[in-house]
Amino acid sequence: MLTDDGKPGHIRPAPEDHPSAPPDPVRRGLLRRAVALGGGAVAAYTAGSARADDGLDKNLPPHVPEWSRTLGAPILASPYGAPSRFEANVKRRESPGLTRTPQSSVAFTPLQNLFGIITPSGLHFERHHAGVPDVDPHQHRLMIHGLVAQPRIYTMDDIVRFPSVSRIHFVECGANTGMEWRNVAVPTVQYSHGMLSCSEWTGVLLSTLLDEVGIDRAKAKYLLAEGADGASLTRTIPLAMALDDVLVCYGQNGEMLRPEQGYPLRLLVPGVQGVSSVKWLRRIEVGDQPWNTREEALHYIDLMPGGKHRQYTWIHEAKSVITAPSGGQVLLDRGYHEITGLAWSGRGKVKRVDVSTDGGRNWRTARLSEPVLTKALTRFRIDWTWNGGPALLQSRVIDETGYVQPTIRQLRTVRGTRSIYHNNAIQTWRVDATGEVSNVQVL
Amino acid sequence: MSRCFERSLGVAFALTVGASLMAMAAAPLQFGFGKPATTQEIAGWDIDVRPDGTGLPRGRGSVAQGQALYDEKCASCHGTFGESNSYLQIAGGVGSLATDQPVRTTGSKLNYATTLWDYINRAMPFNAPQTLQPDEVYALTAYVLNLNDIIPADAVLDADSLPKVKMPNRNGFTTDHGFMRRNDTPDTHNVACMKDCVQVVRLSSEMPDYARDQHGNLADQTRTVGATGRIATAKPTGGSTSGLELARAASCTACHGVTEKLVGPGFREVASRYAGDAGAESRLVGKIKAGGTGAWGAVAMPAQPQVKDSEARALVQWILGGAR
Repeated sequence: MLTDDGKPGHIRPAPEDHPSAPPDPVRRGLLRRAVALGGGAVAAYTAGSARADDGLDKNLPPHVPEWSRTLGAPILASPYGAPSRFEANVKRRESPGLTRTPQSSVAFTPLQNLFGIITPSGLHFERHHAGVPDVDPHQHRLMIHGLVAQPRIYTMDDIVRFPSVSRIHFVECGANTGMEWRNVAVPTVQYSHGMLSCSEWTGVLLSTLLDEVGIDRAKAKYLLAEGADGASLTRTIPLAMALDDVLVCYGQNGEMLRPEQGYPLRLLVPGVQGVSSVKWLRRIEVGDQPWNTREEALHYIDLMPGGKHRQYTWIHEAKSVITAPSGGQVLLDRGYHEITGLAWSGRGKVKRVDVSTDGGRNWRTARLSEPVLTKALTRFRIDWTWNGGPALLQSRVIDETGYVQPTIRQLRTVRGTRSIYHNNAIQTWRVDATGEVSNVQVL
Repeated sequence: MSRCFERSLGVAFALTVGASLMAMAAAPLQFGFGKPATTQEIAGWDIDVRPDGTGLPRGRGSVAQGQALYDEKCASCHGTFGESNSYLQIAGGVGSLATDQPVRTTGSKLNYATTLWDYINRAMPFNAPQTLQPDEVYALTAYVLNLNDIIPADAVLDADSLPKVKMPNRNGFTTDHGFMRRNDTPDTHNVACMKDCVQVVRLSSEMPDYARDQHGNLADQTRTVGATGRIATAKPTGGSTSGLELARAASCTACHGVTEKLVGPGFREVASRYAGDAGAESRLVGKIKAGGTGAWGAVAMPAQPQVKDSEARALVQWILGGAR
C-alpha cells in the first residue's frame, strides 16, 4: 500500500516517537525506573519502540533477547490463566460521575482493544442494580409458575439435564450511547459504545421449559422474569419472543457464567435491550398482561418530544461503530490503516456495512468477516490510506430487513434529545492533521 | 455412578421418545426433571404486584406512619423531601416532562402507584431489601405519594385503595412505536446513498478541551502494542487513593463528598471537626457500624453493618487523616 506521495506507509507504534503527541508520563516514568533497576522484563514491552539512548535495544537484533536465554515459567504458574501483564490497560472502566454507587452502576467494555466478535468473559460489560450477588449454585432454584399446568422448581442440576443449545448473541444495554443524544460527552468508544458485548451462550431454550410445564396457550401472553439479586430485578418478556429464541443460560464462552453475568443462571433475550436478559434468574411467572415493573415504568422508557414516554421499547435497531481508529488513539504515520469495527441488529443479521472517511459525503462498502450471525456482533474491515489530512470516519450498517442505520439528525428529528435509550446513530470519529482521533458529531 | 446413568437416560429419552411426545400438544413433563412447586413455596417468592393490584397483600399504612419510616430508612439517600437527585429523585417535576428541562421523578414519571409499592417491597432500602413488612410498604408508598401531593396527609393505603390512586402521568405512556416486535416499522428512514450524499458537513459537537482529562489518562486505556499510538490526557494522580476507593466500595460516597456536604458531611469536614480528638477514631468506627444520631443535621446516618471492622477502621483513619 502506497501513500499519496508514493512512499510506503508504515506505523511507528509508540507515542514516544510521535513528535506531536504529548509525552506519556506514566510510561516514560516506568521506563526510566526499569532502566535504573538494570532493565529487565518490565521495560521489555516497549522494546520495539524504544530508542537506542534508552539502552533498551539489547533484546533487538542482532542481540538475542533475554527471554530466549532463560527458562520460562512452569505450567500452572497461573492455573486458570490470565492475560499477559503487558495487557493491563485492557480492562472494564466506569465513566466518572455517571452513577453514585458502585453497586448500581456500569462498567464499560474496552471495545477499542478487542478483536473479532467475541468479548472475553472478564471484559463483558457490567450493569447491576444492587451489586453482584454471591450465589451458591447448590442453593439456587428456578421457579416457573403462573398460567402453567404444572408449576415446577428446578435445581441447577435439573436445568443442565435439559437439551441444550449454544448460540452467539450480543448483549447491549438500552442506554448504550445514551450520553450522546445532545452532544458528545465521552472521549473513547469504550464509554460511547462499551455497554455492548457478545458471547457464546449455552443453556436451555426457554420454549423447552415452557413446553415442559405446559403453558395455558389461550391466556398466556407475557412472562415476568425475576432475578435473585438485591434488586430482585423484574422485566416483562412477550410470549412470542419467549417461544422464539430466548435462552435460559448457564454457560458463557465455554465456562459457567461469570458472577457479573448472572452466575449461575440468567435469561438471554437476543436482540433486546440488556436489562431484559435478567441475571441470577430465579423465577418465571407466566401471565396475561405486562407487569409495568419499575424497570419498565421509571427506567428504560424513552421520553419523546411532547412529554410522552415510549414504554416496552425492547428491540435494538441496527447499529455500528468503528472501533479502530477511534477516539483517544493517534495515527502515527500516513499510509495504510485498516478501519475496523462492529455492526449488529436486534432484528436479525447484518447485511452490509458502508464506511465513509469524509463525514458521510461518500461511502465504500466494507468487508464483513465470517461468521455473520443473527443478533450477534459482526466484524467489518476496510482498507484506508491516510493522506495526513483531516478525516471524519463513519460506519453505517444495513440489516437484513433493509433498515439503514440513521444519522443523529434523523434520530433527533423524531425523538428529540431527551429519550436516553436506543441511540443507534452513526458515530463520527475525527482524525485531525496530527493524527489524533476524537469523538465529534456532524449534522 | 447413578448420576451418570440418569444423565444418559435423559439424553436417550430426549433423542428417541422426545420427538414423538413433542407432537402431542403441550404434553406436560416430557422430561420430568425438578419437582412440583408447592403453593407455599410459590407464595414465598411470588411478590410481584400488577397495575390492577393483583399480588398486593393484606395490610395498611398511613402517610404519618410512612413519614417516620421514611426519615429513618430513606431520607439519608433520597433527601428529607424526596428532592435528592443522587438517585432517582422521588418528588417534584410534575408537568415538566414536555418542557425542555424535564424533571424526571417518581412523581412526574410513574403511571401506576402499584409499581411504587412493588419496587419498595422488592428492592428497598438499598442496603437491606426485602426487610420491610407489608404495612411498612403501604405506609412508605403513602408518604411518597403525599410528598408528590397525589394523596392527602390523612390518607391510608391498602390493597383496595392503592390501585385506585391516579398518578399524574397515568396517560403519559405509549406503546405506539416499533420496538415491541421484530417486524415492527422503524421511525427513521435513512437511505444508503453512496456518492456525494451531503453538500456540507457541519461539525456540531466535539469534546471541549477542559474535559480532556475527565476520563483519566487515555494513554493508559488502550493496549500498548497496536497500530495506533496513545494520547496522554492527564498527569498521573499523586498519592494514595485507597481510602477513597474504600469509601466508594462501601457506598459512603452516596451520601458524603470528599470536601462538600451532600446528604451527610464531607469527609474533610469530619476531619476538621475531630482534629486532635484522640477518641474520635473509635467513636466513628462505631458510628459507621451502628449508625449515627444526626450529629450533622436532621438526617441520621443509617447503620452500615455490612462494612467490616477492618474496613471501617481504615476508612476512619483515612478520613481523619484529611481524606487525601
